[in-house]
Amino acid sequence: MTDRQKQRLLHRSIVTLAWIIGLLMFFPIFWMILTAFKTEQQAISTPPLLFFEPSFDNFLLIQERTDYTKHALNSIITSFGGTALAMIIAIPAACAMAFKPSHLTRDVLLWMLSTKMLPAVGVLMPIYLICQKFGLLDSRFALVFIYAMINLPIIMMILFNYFRDIPKEILEASRMDGASTFAEITQVVMPLARGGIAATAFLSIVLCWNEAFWSIVLTSSDAGTLVALVASFSSPEGLFWAKLSAVSTLACAPIMIFGWFVQKQLVQGMTFGAVK
Amino acid sequence: MRSIRNTMTGLAVGATCLCSAAMAGELTVATVNNGHMIEMQKLTSHFEKANPGITVNWVTLEEGVLRQRVTTDISTKGGQFDIMTIGMYEAPIWGSRGWLEALEFGADYDVDDILPAMRGGLSHDGTLYAAPFYGESSMIMYRKDLLDAAGMMMPDNPTWGHVADAAAAMTDKDNGVYGICLRGKPGWGDNAAFLTTMANSFGAKWFHQDWKPALDSPAWNHAISFYVDLLNNYGPPGSTGNSFNEILALVNEGKCAMWIDATIAASFVTNPEQSKVADKMAFAQAPVAVTHRGANWLWAWALAIPSGTKQADDARKFIEWATSKEYIELVASVNGWGAVPTGTRTSTYENPNFLGAAIFAEAELKAILSADPSNSTQDPTPYTGVQFAAIPEFQAIGIAVGQQFTAALAGDISVTEALENAQAAADREMRKAGYY
Repeated sequence: MTDRQKQRLLHRSIVTLAWIIGLLMFFPIFWMILTAFKTEQQAISTPPLLFFEPSFDNFLLIQERTDYTKHALNSIITSFGGTALAMIIAIPAACAMAFKPSHLTRDVLLWMLSTKMLPAVGVLMPIYLICQKFGLLDSRFALVFIYAMINLPIIMMILFNYFRDIPKEILEASRMDGASTFAEITQVVMPLARGGIAATAFLSIVLCWNEAFWSIVLTSSDAGTLVALVASFSSPEGLFWAKLSAVSTLACAPIMIFGWFVQKQLVQGMTFGAVK
Repeated sequence: MRSIRNTMTGLAVGATCLCSAAMAGELTVATVNNGHMIEMQKLTSHFEKANPGITVNWVTLEEGVLRQRVTTDISTKGGQFDIMTIGMYEAPIWGSRGWLEALEFGADYDVDDILPAMRGGLSHDGTLYAAPFYGESSMIMYRKDLLDAAGMMMPDNPTWGHVADAAAAMTDKDNGVYGICLRGKPGWGDNAAFLTTMANSFGAKWFHQDWKPALDSPAWNHAISFYVDLLNNYGPPGSTGNSFNEILALVNEGKCAMWIDATIAASFVTNPEQSKVADKMAFAQAPVAVTHRGANWLWAWALAIPSGTKQADDARKFIEWATSKEYIELVASVNGWGAVPTGTRTSTYENPNFLGAAIFAEAELKAILSADPSNSTQDPTPYTGVQFAAIPEFQAIGIAVGQQFTAALAGDISVTEALENAQAAADREMRKAGYY
């Protein structure tokens, strides 16, 4: 076998392996979508059914029983709101840390990240009582604020790494031209790190969208997100797999479609700074 | 500065007034995603029409989350819910703590029609704190066709020995049919609930009269050893992950010849829309070993009013409607008598239409009537409850002990080791709580 043939074989093997891993990763989502179109009896059938007459009954039942639009709107508002608030705080903070670091910068970042190591349930009672005291139980505002705070450490860490790759000389040049700190951030740093900021924001939106603990604990009838809607379809007594799959499909769909549209920015952001 | 402060105060007062106005007559009900509960949500428009000015919002939660949410809300007086769906375990404990409003209804409600076992289980010191929406006991559900083919009979009150023989006779592993399916998933409401009834019938109990745990008794050892052998020999693979829904799926697929679980399952396994063996099922009372006491459990999903609510009167009206005889008739008129919530009222079991529609009705009523939470063990105990001990510490103890039973079933540890560990865990919790 020649070197070229070996190269080609290696390339094909890698591509095949990538496809297998990709399909394995996608399989649970595929099965969820497939189950959404089954009846409850078909959903538990052994051996599992791959071919069957699809039914839209589960989706109709969800529309009949729940207010999907309200839950979807709550998810959109809390995810985008929480991300926007976190970005407003994180961008200037990460700028300061990246361009004017002190000997404590790394420790501060590590401390911020360490707050993610605390299990959410550990602060359940204080946060619940604060929300109760301020009348914020079952409010979107509480979720926006909490989502912003719980994602802030990760956002800070990622943005700090993006900003650190921007040459400081560019900022010095803009300062020579009379730019204020605000102008430096908005007109120099942000355009240069646009891809990175977009990717970070998207990651934050996905994390907020899928956040379950606080959205289930702090909401009831008004501010419930799609995650809370999905959780409500689990039943202690009775079959629910097909209905749960249908509601999960509906909960995943908006964020997957959104992800598809921002794919370009996301890839750009992920590869930003990869080649210096 | 003062004008800003005044404006802010005015806005806050205004917002509070607006909020209060919006809240007037608006009930928020926390519930689980059970078929009967979902039906109640659909029929709520009837209540709203009959009670103009009251609107009902539903918050449907997973059972574990519901318990956590309502416990948090009620203990902090959060006021998120005006009506809570709770079980027979919580009602007397929360009632005794003053967390629930006492329930008193008019003569039309006919409180004496509620099955005595249900009424007693949801009361504390004779005061009703939650109204049963639907209730259940446990019984044997079995495949009559397989039992007939095996040349065996199922008496109405079988022993555990007979159940083991029937399981052996009906097991056909080559064709994927297992003689018996029982809960194995750890949890105080999962395997611990079922195994408590089994242990009761073997003469075991959770606590001695001085509240010291009694899990190291020979009776517990016999019961758990019997259970482990039975499931390992005739049960389906993966029993350690099986609870109600998992086994329901197996039974409906025709993979289980026998199942001992909640009577509510009877309506699912006899429903041809979801069961392949709907016309082959038959029922008998839960098996016994040395005593009938506590051999079958008693549970109710009930509606209660947290003491922190500002809508207590409207909430009482709703509960009165949802747990009334008229509501049962409403469900029957919409969905048929086979779909009514059962296990709550004597009048339901006296209705010939219901008896004609539900082939399991007689067995279910017999099971419910035979369960006595205040006398559920062979020897006297200081606690009430059939498949649980109605003390706040039981949830934690039940979870820890359930995990040990699952480990024994999986073969990770012996039954003796499991019970030693369970005894130690229970002893630790009870000491911590100051029982002795």
